[in-house]
Amino acid sequence: LSVPPEIPKGDDRPKWDNKFQYILSCIGFAVGLGNVWRFPYLCQIHGGGAFLIPYFIALLFEGIPLLHLELALGQCLRKGSIGAWNAISPYLGGVGVGSWMVSVLVSLYYNTVLTWVMWYFINSFQEPLPWSVCPLNENRTGLNKECYESTAVNYFWYRKTLNITPDVTESGTLQWWLILCLATCWAIVYLCTIRGIETTGKAIYVTAIFPYLVLTIFLIHGLRLPGATEGLAYLFTPNLNTLKNPRVWLDAATQIFFSLSLAFGGLIAFSSYNPPKNDCEKDAVTVAIVNSVTSLYASIPVFSVLGFKATTGYWDCLDRNIIRIINEFDLPEDSIMRQNYTDWISFLNLSHPEKIAGLKLKSCDLQEFLDQSVSGTGLAFIVFTQAIILMPGSQAWAILFFIMLFSLGLSSMFGNIEGVFTPLLELRIVSKSIPKELLSGVICSICFLIALCFTLGSGSYWIDIFDSYAGSLPLLVIAFFEVIGVAYVYKIKRFSKDVKWMTGRKPNLYWQITWRFISPLLLLIVFVAFVTLQTQNSPSYAAWNPKYEGFPMKEEKVYPPWVRAICVLLAALPCVFVPLVALFHLIKRRRRSKDSSFAPPEVFSCQGANS
Amino acid sequence: MLRVLLLTLSVVAIARAELCKPDAQNAFKVRLSIKTALGDNAYAWDANEEYLFKAMVAFAMRKYSSKSTTQISNVLLCNVTDRVSFWFVVTDSSEDVTTVPASEVEAAIRMNRNRINSAFLLSDKTLQFLKITSTLSPPVEPSTPVWLIIFGVVLCVIVAGIVFLIAAGIQQRKKKNKESTERENLEEKGEVTVAVENGIPCEALDLKSGHINGVFAADDERFTSL
Repeated sequence: LSVPPEIPKGDDRPKWDNKFQYILSCIGFAVGLGNVWRFPYLCQIHGGGAFLIPYFIALLFEGIPLLHLELALGQCLRKGSIGAWNAISPYLGGVGVGSWMVSVLVSLYYNTVLTWVMWYFINSFQEPLPWSVCPLNENRTGLNKECYESTAVNYFWYRKTLNITPDVTESGTLQWWLILCLATCWAIVYLCTIRGIETTGKAIYVTAIFPYLVLTIFLIHGLRLPGATEGLAYLFTPNLNTLKNPRVWLDAATQIFFSLSLAFGGLIAFSSYNPPKNDCEKDAVTVAIVNSVTSLYASIPVFSVLGFKATTGYWDCLDRNIIRIINEFDLPEDSIMRQNYTDWISFLNLSHPEKIAGLKLKSCDLQEFLDQSVSGTGLAFIVFTQAIILMPGSQAWAILFFIMLFSLGLSSMFGNIEGVFTPLLELRIVSKSIPKELLSGVICSICFLIALCFTLGSGSYWIDIFDSYAGSLPLLVIAFFEVIGVAYVYKIKRFSKDVKWMTGRKPNLYWQITWRFISPLLLLIVFVAFVTLQTQNSPSYAAWNPKYEGFPMKEEKVYPPWVRAICVLLAALPCVFVPLVALFHLIKRRRRSKDSSFAPPEVFSCQGANS
Repeated sequence: MLRVLLLTLSVVAIARAELCKPDAQNAFKVRLSIKTALGDNAYAWDANEEYLFKAMVAFAMRKYSSKSTTQISNVLLCNVTDRVSFWFVVTDSSEDVTTVPASEVEAAIRMNRNRINSAFLLSDKTLQFLKITSTLSPPVEPSTPVWLIIFGVVLCVIVAGIVFLIAAGIQQRKKKNKESTERENLEEKGEVTVAVENGIPCEALDLKSGHINGVFAADDERFTSL
């Protein structure tokens, strides 16, 4: 008997090569620049070791449940963010669109930060490092004025890299060197995401593992630097009094939330490429714990180096004072050392108080140097680069540091781009015959052209705006609706059954309680607190203005009304899709319900799609 | 006679002391930081080093102006401290009464700063002539900025990678298209049917040989031969 041919119709959705690739991609997406330059700063200003308490509480009640929710959702529905939320309920489709919108906005500015990293990386191959010396002024009589008044490191960052304008309204010109680096960065992103997870899956082995190697090298080197122990003690000494400040709890909650890259849609996209029967509960716990441990692990070398920098600054201050005293009193060179400096000062103050007063010595206090805490780009491009100059073999350390930052950022970019790419592939807007390479090329080119705005003189002010408004508030809103949507629209009972089908065991009491009550409540509180704090102070920014009287201090300026309107637009645009899409479907249903032949839509079930 | 000699000597000594004192006219303060520069190899500052210094200043004056006939004895040092710092002044060779103008001394020292520094194994920073500024060296700028070279290398690698991946993708797609069109053509002509019998494609089976039923195979042997 010849039976008609039955060619097995396999699922032609792309797959991860192995589970390790998937876990590594999620970890790479979660572990980003914030783990290196935001967590140590928060630890420092919020009472050191005491900050870990609200941090872990937030992780337990907010981070892990939301992460598990997203991974389970993507795995069950096997669609990107837009398709997944449409499948849960058409009224919740706006949540998916909002996620997609946020991923687009963040991709735009995140790659510009990588552009800056690349620029510093390329410049690290010179001897001496360009941010270690001030250039001469035009007639070669002295050092460049702007550089002399601030520091060489500040000058290189604000003038040679950003060529920053004194005001956000002054756009300045496009900086050609930044455009070249931006093009390179987008070319690298295109190269790695050209065929979706086929190519990112290979690239992630390097970009996700390499930062850990470099962090370890920096850890070993950093701990051997003088002053490292002071830095670490300063970082980790717990001060439990700070826990009384609600700001600390808010910062912990937001840090966990943004650090795990929740509500971007990227995690849903990643897990949608998984086989349906995969233990997403274990994955979620693994990724969350690895992310937090990485934050802690990264803060050790960062603070060793910061302690080294503070100690070196303190010693320099002392040495300068000592030289001035020795020159003034014509004492032998080795008479005053750092150790007996205070004794000598008190002795000289008694014998020659007028001379000492006339010298106008600067008071050197180690605590003051340690207190100079910075986060974000300031930490990487100003403070850390200054510390690197002081280390022997600075070129090698600079190159390693900037490659590490680049890998960290690149693996996060993969997640962002996947969050944009996957829903587009599934929407019927894009026809199936278009090759993936073309689609990713189009996305990368459009993003590159729009991101050219960030290479203007005022670009870094705009990136701060995007970061504060597009990359923060909408995520809280979307995550809140995610949890509410799954817990109360899709119903937890159904979701638990789906998770049981995928992992083999029913989600236990912890998951039930957090999904139903604790996480939504926590998100609501965080959202309200966040909005209250933002609206309390009128939004202002710190501008770098060489003509300011207080230069090199930054000038505090207020955003003009049109910029404030853009801020509100950025924050509102992703959120507004949630009610808009719901309204759209409501109107559609009302119109259809007038037509009697309308059949109620099928109830979607996760198992039904896969059995 | 002896008294006159003594008197003239003391007058000369007083006159010299008048010429060289802190903040005197045309006097310069010098400050050395030998321990900072040389560390363990630092030498002690003694009368011999002072003699060398006087010799170097005299050398500088002679080199600066060929007419100059400055002797070592014309360079006067005073107020040597433990720091090591002192004042010096250069007197006119003929009369030990007036000092050489500060501008000339400054120009002479600037011209020969390198030689003076090397004689003492020091640098501009560790052998300071207060009030005499050193000229700043121009920065070394390579013809092509280094970063452009590195950038070019990185960009070439990336573009090569992209081109390779796109080409590989196009090739793969062409192969897939060729395979699927071949299959379609053959199926249309009906020559090859992927017939399946019990899960085994018939091509794998030996159709020509057929199935031999053992029961009937031994037909011939059932009957006895006649």
